[in-house]
Amino acid sequence: MPLLDIKNISIQFGGLSAVDNFSMSIGENDIYGLIGPNGAGKTTVFNMLTGVYSPDSGTIMFDGKSIAGMKPYDITRMRIARTFQNIRLMKNLSVLDNVKISFVSQTDYGLATSIFRLPAYFRQEKDTEKKSMALLKVFNLDGKKDEKAANLPYGEQRRLEIARALATNPKLLLLDEPAAGMNPQETQELTELIRWIREKFHIAILLIEHDMRLVMGVCEKIIVLDYGKIIAEGTPKEIQSNPKVIEAYLGEEAPHA
Amino acid sequence: MMKTYVKKLVAFLAASAVVFVVFSLLLSNGVINAYYKQIIMTVCINIILALSANLIINFTGQLTLGHSAFMAIGAYAAAAIYRVGLPFFFSLIFGSLVAALFGFLIGLPTLRLKGDYLAITTMGFCQIIVVVLQNIPQFGGAQGMTGIPADTTFAWVFFSMIITIIVLYHVVNSRQGRAMISVREDEIAAEAMGINTTHYKVMAFTLGAFFAGLAGGLYAFLMMFIEPTQFNYFKSMDLVIYVVLGGSGNFAGCIASTGILTLLPEVLRFLGNYRMVVYPLLLIIIMIMRAKNIRLSRLAGIFRRTGKEGDNNAAA
Repeated sequence: MPLLDIKNISIQFGGLSAVDNFSMSIGENDIYGLIGPNGAGKTTVFNMLTGVYSPDSGTIMFDGKSIAGMKPYDITRMRIARTFQNIRLMKNLSVLDNVKISFVSQTDYGLATSIFRLPAYFRQEKDTEKKSMALLKVFNLDGKKDEKAANLPYGEQRRLEIARALATNPKLLLLDEPAAGMNPQETQELTELIRWIREKFHIAILLIEHDMRLVMGVCEKIIVLDYGKIIAEGTPKEIQSNPKVIEAYLGEEAPHA
Repeated sequence: MMKTYVKKLVAFLAASAVVFVVFSLLLSNGVINAYYKQIIMTVCINIILALSANLIINFTGQLTLGHSAFMAIGAYAAAAIYRVGLPFFFSLIFGSLVAALFGFLIGLPTLRLKGDYLAITTMGFCQIIVVVLQNIPQFGGAQGMTGIPADTTFAWVFFSMIITIIVLYHVVNSRQGRAMISVREDEIAAEAMGINTTHYKVMAFTLGAFFAGLAGGLYAFLMMFIEPTQFNYFKSMDLVIYVVLGGSGNFAGCIASTGILTLLPEVLRFLGNYRMVVYPLLLIIIMIMRAKNIRLSRLAGIFRRTGKEGDNNAAA
């Protein structure tokens, strides 16, 4: 049984079909890529997967349960985590506090425990601190734990956002254009990081990306969207030579005059 | 972690005890007269109010302009139940709980609104409470409620304030507080991290209402007389001013600004008729200085960031 199984989801915005009959499935340790020209509907697919939108029709099964139409925070608790196209860190908070926020949903002491500082508070807070620091160490950000997130350089902000997503303990990680705004060297590092995350955390990864070097370098299977429809899917090699994909990206060959 | 916490708590309690003993001695020896005693007690009540508004406005990022409504509810509920025969302490608790219940009921629908919409809605709610209270004859209507005994002593307001500080500090430094702060910082990101933002907004609102209700109860038994317009949105605006001047997300600033702004009109009393000209002017000057300070620190932040980015580009 695949980890994520999407069947025929569609969504319309005011008569405009943003995503039409989209289906895909991801196994437990796969890295898949979702590509397509601007406005093809990639982020809309992400938003349906993460509960921002509810699909008009179709089913989304994750880990054997239907998640279509669930709230974003419930989907995170079902163990799907995401990053955003335009990094959404808590900019005024420290690096450590950014990661700690992901543990709110994984700890369960109540308001009375907080107010009276019962033993469970100290136990779980200590645990949160320990796990957060371990993650920061893995991402080589532990030296900057007290730094304000806004003051980190761009590449480190991306890493922190991924660390924060992983802190929610996902089985599936969704990355929305992780290489956006990165230079070739940073993109190369990111490629290695994504592979390494899969090995280290044993999770599936689905990414949206425009940077073909990253997509071709890291994805096992690629799905190409255009105008809300899947126009091709296959291995990086198959995609690179698919005439439909080339057409979608570069336009039709001009007819002979 | 627990050890440092216990040390901090003991230090805070010891300092509070010293302050309490000093003030009690000054009060009992008549060094501080009855007039100033009342002002000092008002400061304590205002600090409870400001801290409760601080939780909603600064920590959770929800601008409420109707917080004084919960003070009104607490005051009236406490005074009313006292008449029925409940002792003072239980009347205070009852008032706080009723205010919290209203906070929950009002928060549930309104907190789906954001920013200015929430602000206007809460202001409207405040006005409704005032008008409703004016039209309940059992509560004295527009003439207000009289015959409330002066049960609020300095010890009551002081220790209520200390308890408010400790409880709210505990809340803010917990998983609940972290969730509230994440709502302020970025709701979409907070939800993506598994936080039910509505739940924590309503929690902040309910807790804030509880302590505003406590302040209201203390106020009623201090003044011995309550009247609906004492709690209209002018009072809410005062709270917003304390909280804004106190600065984002800190207790000490909020306590200091509330103390200063409550005392300032009294200090200016020697100016006679000109007092209410000078006070607003001072308020404007203080706010400009405060805003400049913020802008200066932001500017410094921008310079630092561009500096760093420049370095990175140079390195690349």
